[in-house]
Amino acid sequence: MSERLLEVTDLEVYYGVINALKGISFHVDKGEIVSLIGANGAGKTTTLHTITGLIRPRKGSIVYKGTDIGHIPAHKIVSMGMVHVPEGRRVFQNLTVYENLLMGAYSQKNKAEIAANLENVFKQFPRLEERRRQLAGTLSGGEQQMLAMGRALLANPELIVLDEPSMGLSPLLVSEIFEIIKSFREAGKTVLLVEQNAKKAMSISDRVYVLETGSITADGAASELINDERIKKAYLGE
Amino acid sequence: MEFLTTFVNGLSLGGIYAMIALGYTMVYGIAKMLNFAHGDIIMVGGYTILLFLFVNPIVAIIAAMVFCMILGIVVEKVAYKPLRGASPLAVLITAIGVSYLLQSLAQMIFGSAPKYIVIADLGILKIGSLSIGYNTIITLVCSILVMVALSLFVKFSKTGRAMVAVSEDKGAAQLMGINVNRIIMITFAIGSALAALASVFFLLKAPTMTPTFGSLPGIKAFTAAVIGGIGSIPGAMIGGILLGVIECFAQAVPAISPYTDAIEFSILIILLLVKPSGLLGKVRREKV
Ligand SMILES: Nc1ncnc2c1ncn2[C@@H]1O[C@H](COP(=O)(O)OP(=O)(O)OP(=O)(O)O)[C@@H](O)[C@H]1O
Ligand SMILES: [Mg+2]
Repeated sequence: MSERLLEVTDLEVYYGVINALKGISFHVDKGEIVSLIGANGAGKTTTLHTITGLIRPRKGSIVYKGTDIGHIPAHKIVSMGMVHVPEGRRVFQNLTVYENLLMGAYSQKNKAEIAANLENVFKQFPRLEERRRQLAGTLSGGEQQMLAMGRALLANPELIVLDEPSMGLSPLLVSEIFEIIKSFREAGKTVLLVEQNAKKAMSISDRVYVLETGSITADGAASELINDERIKKAYLGE
Repeated sequence: MEFLTTFVNGLSLGGIYAMIALGYTMVYGIAKMLNFAHGDIIMVGGYTILLFLFVNPIVAIIAAMVFCMILGIVVEKVAYKPLRGASPLAVLITAIGVSYLLQSLAQMIFGSAPKYIVIADLGILKIGSLSIGYNTIITLVCSILVMVALSLFVKFSKTGRAMVAVSEDKGAAQLMGINVNRIIMITFAIGSALAALASVFFLLKAPTMTPTFGSLPGIKAFTAAVIGGIGSIPGAMIGGILLGVIECFAQAVPAISPYTDAIEFSILIILLLVKPSGLLGKVRREKV
């Protein structure tokens, strides 16, 4: 049996009186790429913010590697191996590319490991090395996304949580981003992916959850859901 | 020659303002609040020096810095931290409350009459017709050292970079593993220690202390921080020095010297009309 990395049960989240998540359950196993798809405002970002500790749930449990992390502050979750690349990239504009990458390694203590990870990131994203002294705010959208992903890799993640990494990028770059996500898995990492680009997301995923206004309305193997008539109509534009 | 003397005096006074302004600007940048009680930390520093001066001046200065650091941390924990996420107005009113609290406590303990606190009598340096107090020179040198050290700390230390990250995006900073509360605490500690240091230089200039002593320099340093662009560390330095130089030159001209404070605040108003974000300020977007 595969190893359960993340298990979310009956998660309910409120913003004041707004019920953003209405008791959702899902899981991610080690080595998987799992996608969470859904329309604008469905609650995808809320889900990710809750599992990485930026928002607190009203109800439900979030178990990561056997530990209930529902009450662990966000900054401590990072060093447990779950790293979140937020929607809109959110690189630190006033820090250089290199400094941003170092911020990614903030939770890491082993200097040699940080240096090795940095080298790997530069190997994977040569653009970042070329621009290491440039302020992150002056990078293009695509470069900022690479930086956000590289920054996450420096935290030595086991589970990478990505929120709409392809948002606002040209088709060529979108394909590149999805290739990078596949490479994460090849490097032994697990991925939880939120995407608007459902077609592409499903094409690289093992399993998919469909989120509609705070509830999961469908889930299953990506290879099956991609042929589901209802999903095709609602999310694949066919 | 008189021009040069005035200029050096201005730079030196500006150095003190800059040190205080750094506290305002760092706290604003990182905790997104105006700590109106910051000026009163200067006063607390002054009275702490008074208490420990019997040992020796250096011990008294260190005691003041340590005590103010602790006070800054406690004030943040007790008064401001519970209000994180509250409306800026509530936080501002709390800060004003803290300011009055500190002043009242000082008045209860030390009375409202001025206390004379002579840390050291340093004498005057005379080169030809140029005469400058040694205290002025020491202040100038120390404030430059402090500004350089702080800039290097922010740029090159892990904690310093984390401060930049937190000031820009608290949520993203947390996602990097940064403990935002710890960074805010460190910021208050640094700001308060600088305020204590400022009290040393004020006392070297004029050795009297009253419970309300911190108010005017506090407001002036806040003005300096806003002139430089609140939230910007180099901005606070430039704003502080600019204000100090303007103040000394205004005071040197008998016809306008009574209006020195008015002139300084007018400059603030005019500058804000021309450049609302201050000299080095950026218009920032806020993210959750
Ligand atoms: N800070 C907030 N305060 C109040 N309501 C919020 C807040 N953040 C999100 N919401 C609401 O919660 C719901 C879910 O939002 P969320 O950002 O999770 O959606 P999403 O699926 O990520 O959408 P998108 O695809 O547009 O990014 C929306 O109705 C949104 O308006
Ligand atoms: Mg979203």
